[in-house]
Amino acid sequence: MPEKELDRAVQGEYKLGFEIDIEQDTVPPGLDEETIRFISRKKEEPEWMTQLRLKALRRWKSMEEPRWGHLYYEPIDYQSISYFSAPKKGPESLDEVDPKILEAYDKLGIPLEEQKQLAGVKVAVDAVVDSVSVKTTYSEELKKHGIIFCSISEAIRDYPELIKKYMFSVVPMNDNFFAALNSAVFTDGTFVYIPKGVRCPMELSTYFRINALNTGQFERTLIVADEGSYVSYNEGCSAPMRDENQLHAAVVELVALKDAEIKYSTIQNWYPGDEEGKGGIYNFVTKRGICEENAKISWTQVETGSSITWKYPSCILKGDNSVGEFYSVAVTTLAQQADTGTKMIHLGKNTSSTIISKGISAMKGQNIYRGLVKIGANATGARNYSECDSLLIGDRCGAHTFPYLESKDAHGQVEHEATTTKISDEQLFYLRQRGIGEEDAVSMIVHGFCKEVFSQLPMEYAVEAKALLNLTLEGSVG
Amino acid sequence: MSAIMKIENLHATIGGKEILKGLNLDLEEGKVHAIMGPNGAGKSTLSKAIVGHYDVKITDGDIIYKGESIVDMEPEERALEGIFLSFQNPVEIPGVNNAYFLRTAVNAKRVHEGKEELNAAQFLRLMKELVNELGMKTEMINRSLNEGFSGGEKKRNEILQMMMLQPELIILDEIDSGLDIDALRAVSEGINKMKDGKRSFLVITHYSRILDYIQPDYIHVLKDGAIVKTAGAELVAELEEKGYAALEEA
Repeated sequence: MPEKELDRAVQGEYKLGFEIDIEQDTVPPGLDEETIRFISRKKEEPEWMTQLRLKALRRWKSMEEPRWGHLYYEPIDYQSISYFSAPKKGPESLDEVDPKILEAYDKLGIPLEEQKQLAGVKVAVDAVVDSVSVKTTYSEELKKHGIIFCSISEAIRDYPELIKKYMFSVVPMNDNFFAALNSAVFTDGTFVYIPKGVRCPMELSTYFRINALNTGQFERTLIVADEGSYVSYNEGCSAPMRDENQLHAAVVELVALKDAEIKYSTIQNWYPGDEEGKGGIYNFVTKRGICEENAKISWTQVETGSSITWKYPSCILKGDNSVGEFYSVAVTTLAQQADTGTKMIHLGKNTSSTIISKGISAMKGQNIYRGLVKIGANATGARNYSECDSLLIGDRCGAHTFPYLESKDAHGQVEHEATTTKISDEQLFYLRQRGIGEEDAVSMIVHGFCKEVFSQLPMEYAVEAKALLNLTLEGSVG
Repeated sequence: MSAIMKIENLHATIGGKEILKGLNLDLEEGKVHAIMGPNGAGKSTLSKAIVGHYDVKITDGDIIYKGESIVDMEPEERALEGIFLSFQNPVEIPGVNNAYFLRTAVNAKRVHEGKEELNAAQFLRLMKELVNELGMKTEMINRSLNEGFSGGEKKRNEILQMMMLQPELIILDEIDSGLDIDALRAVSEGINKMKDGKRSFLVITHYSRILDYIQPDYIHVLKDGAIVKTAGAELVAELEEKGYAALEEA
């Protein structure tokens, strides 16, 4: 098929690129101790938190930006970024949330008025615009179950014992360059605590929106599932279309105590930039979870946005019989680059992990799978299954797979399969000969390729993910 | 008689090499036309040219279908206008559910014809009925399209699609290759059921075996890129006996 037609079919359209027209309070660009104190003051944080941030800043200053990713971009000037921006109006109750923000979230398909939600499908939402959480829904109802669902800023003020115990416990502040930066300047994000034996009665979600110009978003999420509890959490995100690159460096920590289960799903749709690689979000994210005995953490991600993605949601399988899963669809089109994958660290006995990674590249997109399976000396009976498939659409894109294996236990069972397929002309033609239009045919083949991952998403998010994939890969019809 | 398709002085190349060299052929409405010929004569190229396959470049001549030239039409437009090709080697499409695919195709055609789309229940009832009729396993409905199907299952699946889509011109490219006798019978019964006096068939085959099951009205012999002989069904026996080489002297 001619390259031009394929491009038209896959260049999509970014429909969430609007700007919310609100008054914002933005700190001037630059990063030093004073910036940190400013953020801490704005958030009315206790002194111990300020001190932790300052410690992280000192660590960060002594670290170097990692360059091992298969990614090409101009050096980031960390002094030209503004590290705090918030809508001016205070968000104390829903009535006080700026109507323009409510409208914007409606436009994104995320109603913040509880009664607007469909009957029967309750999803609690924490809405974050730039550096602050503007609204958390259903907090009261969840409280009845003993569940804490609030912004991380509130949690630092209201639940200091939990924060002191678990924050930095999975991703230490000096874990890596971007995690250290986040530890110093993190602005908002979500905190979830599920008490012992409680099964969270609804889906929890956070929707992140970058709005302000020249501002980075540095959110921090911490989810603690106490013994025998269960929670399914989802995050989504978007940003306005701008010609400048914007930095997003988040940290997510998951703690699954004995017999607990956390399902964490991401639909990442940051602005991807244009065909020449101009604009778009630089997405450098550290996500990691720790599993105690019999616990399970399952990461599912659908990555369609950002100009650069650097992200490896990982599991430390510390407890015996614990389970880690990673299901990923990463799409790179236009000039997007993604270096993504996972780390499964097997420490406990009879731990098992599954990795299913699907990379789709179109136009000039570059898709890299990078994964590590590490089996410790005491992890007898550890098992891993990895499957990494790449689908290429057209001739100018690329896919690379870097699987690493470190095994200290000779009996560990590790299986790895990798395939790269080009979307075949013969498949497209077959569908078209049955009367299915070219764009629908491409989308049908791509959806088929992603099926194993989509089936892991909660139903309403699976629908969203499929729609998003269509939008990303197809020119809008009609 | 009225022709559903007229192929006029068709010249076509594949990868720069001329395969069809001035082919003329009229297909009559409601009739079964068989194209026979030795390997490399251009049989598959002819079927590809009719459905608009990307391998084939038409350099001269025309294909008129229902009174209009189709050589510039997209493959999906030709399909929606009623041209169906049963592929010689149907391609596998992993993860695409067979029923979902076929429902999309059936509804695309219905929308094109200004009819209402079939809902999932209506569609499945129809599909299950035909699946049983063709002696296919019910589980085939929810398998991935052609993935891991045996040769016979793939061909039955092609016939299933044909019966669901109700096309007007049906091209069967080596439909009998790789079929055991039971599959051949089921497939032929499906095809014979589709004969209604209006629908036309173009049966492309190297061997005459299939023609014992589907009675052709006309036999065309394709050799070196052109039709060299046209006759009634009696030609089959002659070809069986003497082979294609004998036509040289004829």
